[in-house]
Amino acid sequence: MEATVSGHAAAHGQRPSGLRRWLTTTNHKDIGTMYLWFSFTMFIVGGIMALLIRAELFEPGIQFLEPERYNQIVTLHGLIMVFGAIMPAFVGFANWMIPLQIGASDMAFGRLNNWSFWLLIPASLLLVTSLVVPGGAAGVGWTLYPPLSIQMGMGMDMTIFAVHILGISSILGSINIITTILNLRAPGMTLMKMPMFVWTWLITAFLIIAVMPVFAGAVTMLLTDRHFGTSFFSAAGGGDPVLYQHVFWFFGHPEVYIVILPGFGIISQVVPAFSRKPLFGYTSMVYATASIAILSFFVWGHHMFTSGMPVAGQLFYMYATMLIAVPTGVKVFNWIATMWRGALSFETPMLFALGFIFLFTMGGFSGLVLAMTPVDVQLHNTYYVVAHFHYTMVAGALFSAFAAVYYWLPKWTGHMYNERLGKTHFWLTMFFFNMTFFVQHFLGLAGMPRRVPDYALQFADFNMISSIGAFGLGLSQLLFLYVVITCIKGGPKAAAKPWDGAEGLEWEVPSPAPYHTWETQPQVK
Amino acid sequence: MSVPPRPNNRKTLIKLALFSALMFGFGYALVPLYSVFCSVTGLNRVGSNDAPLNTQVDLSRVVDVEFDSNVHDMPWKFRPLQAHMLVHPGAVSQAMFEVVNKKNEAVTGQAIPSYGPREAALYFHKISCFCFSKQTVAAGQTRRMPVVFVVDPSLPKDINTITLSYTFFAVEGNTRAEADKPSSRS
Repeated sequence: MEATVSGHAAAHGQRPSGLRRWLTTTNHKDIGTMYLWFSFTMFIVGGIMALLIRAELFEPGIQFLEPERYNQIVTLHGLIMVFGAIMPAFVGFANWMIPLQIGASDMAFGRLNNWSFWLLIPASLLLVTSLVVPGGAAGVGWTLYPPLSIQMGMGMDMTIFAVHILGISSILGSINIITTILNLRAPGMTLMKMPMFVWTWLITAFLIIAVMPVFAGAVTMLLTDRHFGTSFFSAAGGGDPVLYQHVFWFFGHPEVYIVILPGFGIISQVVPAFSRKPLFGYTSMVYATASIAILSFFVWGHHMFTSGMPVAGQLFYMYATMLIAVPTGVKVFNWIATMWRGALSFETPMLFALGFIFLFTMGGFSGLVLAMTPVDVQLHNTYYVVAHFHYTMVAGALFSAFAAVYYWLPKWTGHMYNERLGKTHFWLTMFFFNMTFFVQHFLGLAGMPRRVPDYALQFADFNMISSIGAFGLGLSQLLFLYVVITCIKGGPKAAAKPWDGAEGLEWEVPSPAPYHTWETQPQVK
Repeated sequence: MSVPPRPNNRKTLIKLALFSALMFGFGYALVPLYSVFCSVTGLNRVGSNDAPLNTQVDLSRVVDVEFDSNVHDMPWKFRPLQAHMLVHPGAVSQAMFEVVNKKNEAVTGQAIPSYGPREAALYFHKISCFCFSKQTVAAGQTRRMPVVFVVDPSLPKDINTITLSYTFFAVEGNTRAEADKPSSRS
C-alpha cells in the first residue's frame, strides 16, 4: 500500500479511460459515484416491484399477479430496497464524503473498496434473475423464515447466495470505513471533532461487522438445512423454526438502525447548515447514536411477540424497545433546538431534512404503538406495520438520502442543481409519500393483513388511494433523475462552499472536488 | 513538517476481519446458547405460567347463596348437597343436588327455579343446569346433578344473600319414549 502511494501520485491524470477506469478504479470518488448510481438503479428496480404490488392491490381480487408471483415480488422488493438501494446509497455517501470530511486522501483500502462495490453486481443479478428460474424467486418475505424457506426451489438458493455476497460486500466496506475513520483523520481532528455524518457511519460500520456475519450464518444454516441434511430449523429433523427468527432478528433489528443511523448523520449536518448555527448538543448526539446502536442488540424480540414468547420475554422486549425512544428523542429535540432562533432558509436539502424530522418522528411514534405487546399482538403482520416501517425507511432513510444528494451535489458536480425543480421534487415526494402510506395505518387498524395479494371489499377505497399515491411517488422520482442529470451536465457554477452556513472540510476543496484531494492533510484546530 | 506515526491499517484490517469471523461463529453459537439460556432460566416453558386469570371476579364482595329444593306431587326425594355457598360475584361456582326416585318405575320431571329476593334472578346466571332439560330417573335410582352459575358482579350492593329454590314437577304423559326427547330450556 505504502509503496504504491508515490507511484500513484506520479500517475495523476493518466487513469484508464472508459469502462476500464470504472472497473479498476480505486478512487473513493469514482467508487462513491458508482455506489450511488447502482443504488439509484436498484431503487428504480425495487420501485417498479413496489408499483407491481400496488397495481395488484389497486382493487380487490386477483388482477394480473398470481399469489406465488406476488409473494416473490414482495420478497424481492424488500431485499432489493434494503440491501440494493438504501445500504449502497449510504456507502456511496460514505465513500465520497468521509475522506473529504476527515481530510484523508482516499479510503484506507482502495482495492478492497473496488471489490466491495463490484460484488454488488453479481448479488443483484442473482436476486433479479431468480424471478425467471423454475419455481420463481424466493417468496417467503425478506426475512426468509423457515419452514417455507427450507422448502422453496432454487430461487431460494440464489437468494441465499446473493445475501452471502451482499454480506461480504458490506462487511468489507465497513472494515474499510472503520479503518479510514480511525487511522486516516487529519492531524488535530480528534474523534469528538468529527462531523456527525462520520460519527454515525463509524457506529453503523461497527453494527454491520457485528450483525452481518450473524445473518450470513443464519442463511448458511438455511442452506445446509436445505441441501446438506442438517436440522437447525427443520422441525422434521428436530430443529426449531422459531430459532431462525431469533437468529435473524438478532441481525434484523440492528439492521434497521444500519439503514437509518447514516441518515441521522446527514440530517445532523444539513439542519445546522441551513439554520446557520452549530449543531445543538453535538456530544449528546454522539452518545445518543451510540446508545441507539447498543440498545438495538437487545430488542429483537419485539418482532416475535406472536411467535410464542414467555411473558417475561415479552415484558423485557417491550420495555427495552420503548427505551430506544429516549436517545431517538434526544436527537429529534437536538435538531429542533438547532433550528431554534436560527437564520433558517429552505433550500431543497433543508426541505428534505425537515420532511425527514416530521415523518420519521411519526414513524417513531407508530413504532412506540407497536412496541406495546398487547397492541402488537393485534397489529402484527397488518398494514399498520407496513405503514410504520415505510415511514422510517422511506421518509427516514430515503428522505435523508435525497437531502444528502441535494446538499452535496454542488460539491460533486461543480454545478448548482435547479432549485425550483428540486423543491418541486420534494413537495411531490412529500405529498405522494403520505398519500401512499398514511392510509395504510387505517388499513392495518381495520385488520388488513400484509403480504396477501387480495383483500376484503371494505379495504378497497384506502387501497385505491394508496395505489394512486404509489404511482405518483414513483413518477416523481423521474423528476429527481432529471434534476441530477441536468446538474451533472451544466448549470450555474457552484462555489467551493455553496451553502453559506455549511461547516466542514469538504467545503474547503474546490467544486467540483478534484479527482485527488487532501494529498497534504489539513491541520484541524 | 514532521509526519506523525501512521497507525498500521493492516493491523486494523486484521482485527476487524477477525471480529467479523467471530461474529459469524457467534451466529452458530446462538443455537446451543438459546437452549442453555432457556434451560437455565426456565423461560422456554411458554404457556406454563400463563393460566388465564379471571379479572371479572369481585374479590371484595361475598354473596351467600342458599339452596332450597321441593317436589310438587312426585315420588321423588330431592335435596341440595350443600345448604349454602359463599361465592365472589363473577366467579364460576358449582352446586350439587341429589334426587332419588322412590317409585318402582321411571319418572320424568322438570325442575323450575325461583329466586329470593326476586330481583336477584336478573343477576344469577346459570351456565349449566339440570333444570335446562327434563330429567328421567329410573326406578329406585339416585342421581346427582350439578348447577354451574355465576353471580353477576353488578348485583346491587344491598343483596347479600340469594336463595335459589328448585321445584320438580312431574311431566305430563310420563312415558319412557317421551322422556328421552330434550325439552326447551326453562
